[in-house]
Amino acid sequence: MSLTRRTLLATSAAALAAPALAQAPAKVVVIGGGFAGATAARFLQREGVSVTLVEPNAQYISCPFSNAVLAGLRDLSQQTFTYKAIAAQGITIAQQAATQIDAQARRVTLTDGTVLTYDRLVMAPGIDLNFAGLPGYDEAASTLMPHAWKAGPQTTLLRQQLEAMPDGGAVIISAPANPFRCPPGPYERASLIAWYLKTNKPKSKLLILDAKDAFSKQSLFTAAWKEIYGDMIEWIGLSGGGKVTEVKARENIFVTEFGEHKADVGNVIPPQRAGRIATIAGATDQTGWCPIDPVTFEAKLVPNIHVIGDAAVGGGMPKSAFAANAQAKACAYAVSALLRGDNPAEPKLINTCYSLVKPDYAISVAGVYAPAKGLLADVQGAGGVSVANAPASVRAAEAHYADGWFKTITQEVFG
Amino acid sequence: MALLFCLAGPASAAPPDVSKAPAGASACLGCHGASETELPSLNKLSASEIESAMDAFRSGAREATLMNRIAKGFTPDETRALAQWLVTQGRAP
Ligand SMILES: Cc1cc2nc3c(=O)[nH]c(=O)nc-3n(C[C@H](O)[C@H](O)[C@H](O)COP(=O)(O)OP(=O)(O)OC[C@H]3O[C@@H](n4cnc5c(N)ncnc54)[C@H](O)[C@@H]3O)c2cc1C
Repeated sequence: MSLTRRTLLATSAAALAAPALAQAPAKVVVIGGGFAGATAARFLQREGVSVTLVEPNAQYISCPFSNAVLAGLRDLSQQTFTYKAIAAQGITIAQQAATQIDAQARRVTLTDGTVLTYDRLVMAPGIDLNFAGLPGYDEAASTLMPHAWKAGPQTTLLRQQLEAMPDGGAVIISAPANPFRCPPGPYERASLIAWYLKTNKPKSKLLILDAKDAFSKQSLFTAAWKEIYGDMIEWIGLSGGGKVTEVKARENIFVTEFGEHKADVGNVIPPQRAGRIATIAGATDQTGWCPIDPVTFEAKLVPNIHVIGDAAVGGGMPKSAFAANAQAKACAYAVSALLRGDNPAEPKLINTCYSLVKPDYAISVAGVYAPAKGLLADVQGAGGVSVANAPASVRAAEAHYADGWFKTITQEVFG
Repeated sequence: MALLFCLAGPASAAPPDVSKAPAGASACLGCHGASETELPSLNKLSASEIESAMDAFRSGAREATLMNRIAKGFTPDETRALAQWLVTQGRAP
């Protein structure tokens, strides 16, 4: 069947305009049912493509807004979505993990041995925690010092540790070097944990040990921390000795080049890389991420495999759910055009990330991106962060809009 | 409006050809969906209302927390194209 299609594509692209597509639907396999993969599956299916979505979990637990769960402001159930609506739309769901990819034969093998063939593959496995990048930290260590960088039991564990901590305790968060999932995420997390501490355990302190000298929305966060939390939050950057080089999980200790920091609650946000299946497919480079073509999202290292979301790199777009969703739609259009034998149009993408600093106070960063010199580059003159020194009403409005964003995007992806 | 109606006619007969979506248009739907939330749905707006709102955000004539930063990334021509797509094929499902 896929051979027939390939022959057709080769002989006559024109004969494969929309009506022909309806007769012999092209097959796309999507790996990963997160913000990127689930969106791509839905938009490709609406294009008349036959889509199989490969995702091992029956439920998706959203990282966006999970920092509010840590602060006791939300319940994890409000973060949890199913694949029912996606299945009802006519997408086949294989509740398995992809274990092997043969790019030459265009075949994906699943955990149970099932083999799926495809005309094109969309890969959206998100991140893997790069345990090799931080001595002392691994799966077992994360049950003592949680990362909570994949929402679910890790989120619950960190919440429980915060609840159990006595007033006057020290919370330490370590943040990795770029690039990593959700650049403003560690600082939103620090803010909301500080909110919990201020309202429940006001004698406590929060220290951020950072492997960078600068971070997303830094001046806005710093100003807000001072205004709202006084000197509760301390941040140590790379040049101040903030880079964590090792953790001793049984003792809750963060080791830096300058010494050791003992925590009552230690949250390790380790270095990251693309989900392992991307490496198995041969799509990752030495950085551990997948370079992509900025128009089609096709992996630069493997043909017919398109990579979207956190696993992809190539330009200024941050690893966010907003970006994953926007990339997925542009990728779906490009894949559908390629399957018809058309030239994909150049996309323009948007990113918007809100960070909550406290319940009615949010700040945002936005960007517009377009292909330039093989990358998805920032469109000059657009984007940027919320204005400094804005009145409380502006921060409250952004918190309100953040709620709206979460409702809209989760409706589009899972609703 | 009449012209828009004509444009919408043939498009809605065939399956929605989202692959012809003008640059950037589909990303709007990440915040502005079918239902009204804390953010407005674009489904109830006309193409000219979307276009003039974007123009006003771009020029700064209309104040915004964030849309001014987004609108500056789109030329008037791109804005017109995406507004027309959003009221026809691009209606949030
Ligand atoms: C604390 C925190 C807060 C955040 N807040 C925001 C926010 O406010 N706004 C925002 O825009 N972003 C936010 N993010 C970032 C956002 O969560 C990610 O950018 C987003 O989830 C990326 O989507 P994705 O689809 O690429 O990956 P994921 O959402 O991780 O989805 C990947 C999916 O692939 C599946 N998978 C992996 N391997 C395989 C395999 N071999 N076979 C089959 N399936 C596989 C996984 O099970 C998973 O379901 C936040 C992140 C964190 C950690």
